[in-house]
Parts: sequence; structure tokens; C-alpha cells
Amino acid sequence: MRNPQLDAAGNLTHLLTLEGLPAEVIVRILDTAVPFVSIAERDVKKVPLLRGRSVFNLFFENSTRTRTTFEIAAKRLSADVINLNIGASSTSKGETLLDTIDNLVAMNADMFVVRHSQSGAPHLIAAHLNRTRRAHVHVVNAGDGRHAHPTQGLLDLFTIRHYKQDFRRLRVAIVGDVLHSRVARSLIHGLTTLGTPEVRAIGPKTLLPTAVRTLGVQVHHDMHAGLQGCDVVVMLRLQSERMRGALLPSAGEYFKHYGLTPEKLALAKPDAIVMHPGPMNRGVEIDSAVADGARSVILPQVTFGIAVRMAVLSLLAGSAG
Amino acid sequence: MKIEIANGRLIDPKHGVDRVATLFVAAGKVAAIGEAPAGWSSKRTIDATGLVVCPGLIDVAARLREPGFEYKATLESEMQAAVAGGVTSLACPPDTDPPLDEPGLVQMLKHRARSLNQAHVFPVGALTVGLKGEELTEMGELAEAGCVAFSQAEAPLADTGVLLRAMQYAATFGHRVWLRPQDPHLGRGGVAHDGEVATRLGLPAIPAAAETIALATIFALVRETGVRVHLCRLSTAEGVAMVRAAKAERLPVTCDVAVHHLHLCDVDIGWFDPQCRLVPPLRATRDRAALRAGIADGTIDLVCSDHTPVDDDAKQLPFGEAEPGATGLELLLPLTLKWAAADGVTLPAALARLTSQPAAMLGIDAGHLAVGHAADVCIFDPEAHWTVEPAVLRSQGKNTPFLGLEVPGRVRATLVAGQVVFES
Repeated sequence: MRNPQLDAAGNLTHLLTLEGLPAEVIVRILDTAVPFVSIAERDVKKVPLLRGRSVFNLFFENSTRTRTTFEIAAKRLSADVINLNIGASSTSKGETLLDTIDNLVAMNADMFVVRHSQSGAPHLIAAHLNRTRRAHVHVVNAGDGRHAHPTQGLLDLFTIRHYKQDFRRLRVAIVGDVLHSRVARSLIHGLTTLGTPEVRAIGPKTLLPTAVRTLGVQVHHDMHAGLQGCDVVVMLRLQSERMRGALLPSAGEYFKHYGLTPEKLALAKPDAIVMHPGPMNRGVEIDSAVADGARSVILPQVTFGIAVRMAVLSLLAGSAG
Repeated sequence: MKIEIANGRLIDPKHGVDRVATLFVAAGKVAAIGEAPAGWSSKRTIDATGLVVCPGLIDVAARLREPGFEYKATLESEMQAAVAGGVTSLACPPDTDPPLDEPGLVQMLKHRARSLNQAHVFPVGALTVGLKGEELTEMGELAEAGCVAFSQAEAPLADTGVLLRAMQYAATFGHRVWLRPQDPHLGRGGVAHDGEVATRLGLPAIPAAAETIALATIFALVRETGVRVHLCRLSTAEGVAMVRAAKAERLPVTCDVAVHHLHLCDVDIGWFDPQCRLVPPLRATRDRAALRAGIADGTIDLVCSDHTPVDDDAKQLPFGEAEPGATGLELLLPLTLKWAAADGVTLPAALARLTSQPAAMLGIDAGHLAVGHAADVCIFDPEAHWTVEPAVLRSQGKNTPFLGLEVPGRVRATLVAGQVVFES
């Protein structure tokens, strides 16, 4: 089966997941993002690459941060941005998801930025557009269920490359709730595709997927051993509804075992960087001293995120013409 | 009407028949096999040269969607699908709306089905009122109305105490209980097998232990109560091993597998194909191999279609929201033939899984061809291949993971009680 996000010539028509994306495509996106970082530092933060195009932010699940960064990215490219917060599940509205899409395509949408609580929703939309010969309308996955968050993965890769240059000599630790994390899945696929020799997943068994090793990671339950010698430490967000219950006894015990403190960070390499996709739970997965410390690159991640999203939107728009 | 089905390859697994012979049908029954009865004159002759003539197929799991889900399918559409697939008897699970928990509903369904004059319908009654898993249904009344067994369909029965009581009560009157083995707690919220694919795709998962825990519970309660249990839709390698052991122990259990589980595994979900959203979930390749071995060696008694017509609106949704199930009545024979050909199973052995075996499990006089017994007959061309496409399916449900696949076995004619109800 062909990867549904590539056309027959191997060009990106949708961005749905980093899994199966060739390294050249990932590198092209990262390279394209580089000049966009400096645009943000100018007085006039706009380029006309997407002038006249309509980008629909289609958020079936609430998100302020991701929606805002996509909105900024699209506006800096001079696109018209339409925000639709559909909130509830597609089925409860009486209109099916694909009916919604057909209606918006009839309004001449050029791009959909889709956030959905169900894994695979953007694939369903992309497959529908491909099947009905409307692949000139592009789909960007802005996070689907536990499955993927490819622009977050790309901005994480951009950040790592910015500080560490070569992926082929890195040891990266991803700590926390990998089971429910689309961020972790996307980052793991991106890192392994770019040749990172060692990716570690660190967490309790309740928060790691059963077959996590098949993603190409080493598993550690002891964070001390897991952080040993790492170049990059990526902390994952722990959703508040998972802090107590059958997955974990308490936020306090979680922090004791898997919270990133200055003492634990000392086990990583002296120049290790600390990342977090945000929003952070201080005192749950990360100590403030680390979050605000010299090795934290959490705020640069946000800045790079806009550049990376500009790169994705402009590359997709380019593939249409 | 006197009908002569001439020169076909007559395969009747129950009686060990596999030879070229002519079948004579009169007054709804088989009148003779081989030689015409004295003074015979046919009103009609069906030339079955090069075709297989076998007992009409029996499908123990076909959802007809009535009452309650007529927008997904109707009795008319699904009964046509049945006979087009060579199925002349079918059992339908109680998960209608309302569920089949009252004799009146069962009588109405039987009456509606009879008036269509196509396949015979054998309703399976609800084990508990409303399938809620709390109170027992009036099994005696339901059996009188025509229920052949009692089941929870896909509704969970979380309370083991209720399950024990239901089994004791059913055993008292000799009713058979059908159960789909799945621990309700481990199964809750899951949509895919707990393995590599669910990990990659981020799909909520159902571990194999959901099936094995339920099997262990059921077997313990069977030992306790002596009730006859039919296990529906086995899906795991460990489950097959447990059933093998239970049979070696001579527990009164039988079991089935859905035909799609013989061909597909979780990898076929690909990029979230909602057609592969099935219950139980498609499992790993090793599970599929064990199911194929289990049906070949008799651990699994029979193959069913688990026919579930689903409308497009309910299917074309993100994987986890898509309604589970696949249409199957018209694919039961082709997919069973495909399995048999690939695994070197003979045609009579394969057909036994669709005729004599389900008849024995249901305890009905069907699934064989004998003089004086009902002439339910399936005539098919084992060499004819066809492509599964929405337009060729008579079922209102076009939902199947096999769309586009070329399959062997085309039904040429179907007879129910001596009448030709389908021809192509």
C-alpha cells in the first residue's frame, strides 16, 4: 500500500505522520524551515507564499496552543485562515466527518489543519480526498488521538538539529506517558528515520505501549539508568486525568520516579538539552529548576514550531502547483 | 415441482458422499440420488455438469438487522444475500433493537422470514433481559417460539454470578448457551489487537488475555454446570490451544471462527482501514495461523460469516468510531474455498465446516442430502472466480475488507425446501 501522504512521484501531498516518510522529505522540511526562523525576527513578519490560499483550522478536539501556532504560521505566509472549533465528536453533530469535509471543500478550502481525538481521522480525510480526486486539497495532521503529531515531531527534530547537528551520533531519551502520546510516536519515527542510533523510552510499564520496542526504542523503567549519557532529554506531558487511577497511584509518586530534577539531569551528558512539547506540569513531570534552567530549550521549541509549520504549509502549497 | 439436478459432483460430507450423480427433488424433499425413482418425470432439469452440488450452507452468525436497524439492512435484502451465497439456513444473534428477549419478537421474526420463502432462519434468543447481563430471559418460552440457543451477542456479561446462574438454568432444560469469550474489563474501549500495529497506530488495544481469561472462566463454569456451550468467534492462538485442551477433557463445548479471521490479521488495518474494524479484532499473524490450523484439525468446529451489514455513514469514520463488522453471507463459501485451497484441505472437508458441522451444533435436520429429508441444496462452480465489488453484493451492506479481491466459487443455484430460490 502506498503511503497515503505521498503522490506517485513521492512528493508530499498531505502530512499525516512521520512514519514511512523518506529521510529526504523530512530533511527538506527542516531545511525549508531555516529561513523562516529569521523572518520572525524582522519588522514585517510576512511573506506572500500562500497569498490567496485558504487554510482551514479544523479542530475536533480543543487546543489553543497548536491552533494558534498554525494560525500564526499560515498568516505569516499571507494565507486566509479560518478557524473551526468543532469540539465534540463528529458523530454527535448529526453530520458525518466526511460530510463536513465535503462542505468545506465546496467553499474552496486549500488546506485542512486537522486535530481529532481519534487516531487516524486525518488519514480518513486524506483518503477520502485522494479517492474523490481532490488531492489538491491538502491535509495536515495537527494531532490525532494517540497516533501522530507530525509537526510537533518535526519541530522537535528541528530543535535537536539546531543544537546537536548530527543525528547519527545522538542518544535521545523520551520520558513519560509514551502510551497515550502522539508526540512520542512522531518523534521516535523521525529520529529513527534520520539515523539516530539510540532512542530510549523511559516510563512505568503502565505508560508504555505493549510493543513499544518494535518502534525501534530501548526501554528503561529506571530513569537513572535511562538518562545515563543522553544528549537529549524529551519530557512528555502527563494528562491530569491519568495522574491518579489504575495507571498511576499519584502525581507525587510519578514525580519521584519519572520527574526530571537537576539531580537526575546530571546523569545525562553535561551539554544535554531538555525538551518538552508543552504545556508543562511543573512539579509533575519536570522540576521548575530544570524547566527554566540553562539547558532547557523549551521556549526555542515554540519559536521553531512556527517556522516548521510555515515550511510544511508552503511545501504542501508548492506541490499543488 | 419435480426437479432433476443432473450430473453434478455431489458432495455430502455427513454421509461421506463425493461422486458424480444426479439428485432428484420432489415435494420439497430429496426423492432419490443416482437413479431416478420409478415413473419419474422431471418438470425441470438443472445441468450441473462441472459444478458441485452440496447441502445448502448453514451460517451460525448472520445479522439480518431486523428489528431496529432497517436502515442498515432488511430481511428482504439479507435473505437474498444468503441464498445468493448458497446459505439455506442461518442463525441470527439477538442483538437487534429491541433485542430478541421476548417470544413475540421471535415469533414475528420467524413469521417475517417464513413469508419471504427463502433461507430458514433460526433465531438465537437473548440470555439476559435486554442483553443487560442482569436478569435471565424466559428461555422456555423463547425456545418454544423458535430460539435454538441463548447468547449475549456482543453485550458484556460482567457479573460472573449471573453467568453461572444463566448456565445452570440453561443446563436444567438442555438449552445451549453461545458465548463470545471476552473479558469485559480488558475489552472495554479497545478497538485493535494489543500488538505492533496498535502500538504504531496509537489505537486502544485489546490484549489476547481478554479472550483467554473469558475462556478459563467459561470452562470452569461448564465443569460446574455441565451446560453445553458454543464459543463464538475465536481469535487467538492461546484461545485455540485452550479449546483443544477443553475438548481433550471432553467438556461439552464447540466453537467457531469468522471466515475473515482465517484470512486477515492486524497488519491488514494498514492506515486505519475502517473495513478492518471487526469484533473480535484482527490479531497477529501467529493467531491467524493457529486459527487456520484449528479449523483444519477440528479444534474449531465450523466457519461462519459473522455477517454484519453496516451503512456507509457508520463505517466511513475514524477507525475507533467506525461501527465494527463486515458483510459476509456472500463471501462465506468463496473465502472458505480459498482457505481450503491454500491449506490443502479437501473440498468435502471444507464443506463439512459449512454444512454438517453447523447442523450438528445447532441440532437441526439440515446440512445433508438424504432421501426423505429437506432438499436444501447449493450448486456452485468451484472454478469460477469473481471480484468482490459493491455492485455484485446483494446484501445492503457493502462493507467488507475484501473489496477488490478475486475469490473462487460462484453459486449457480440455491434450493430451499425443493424450490429454486436463486439462480445465476
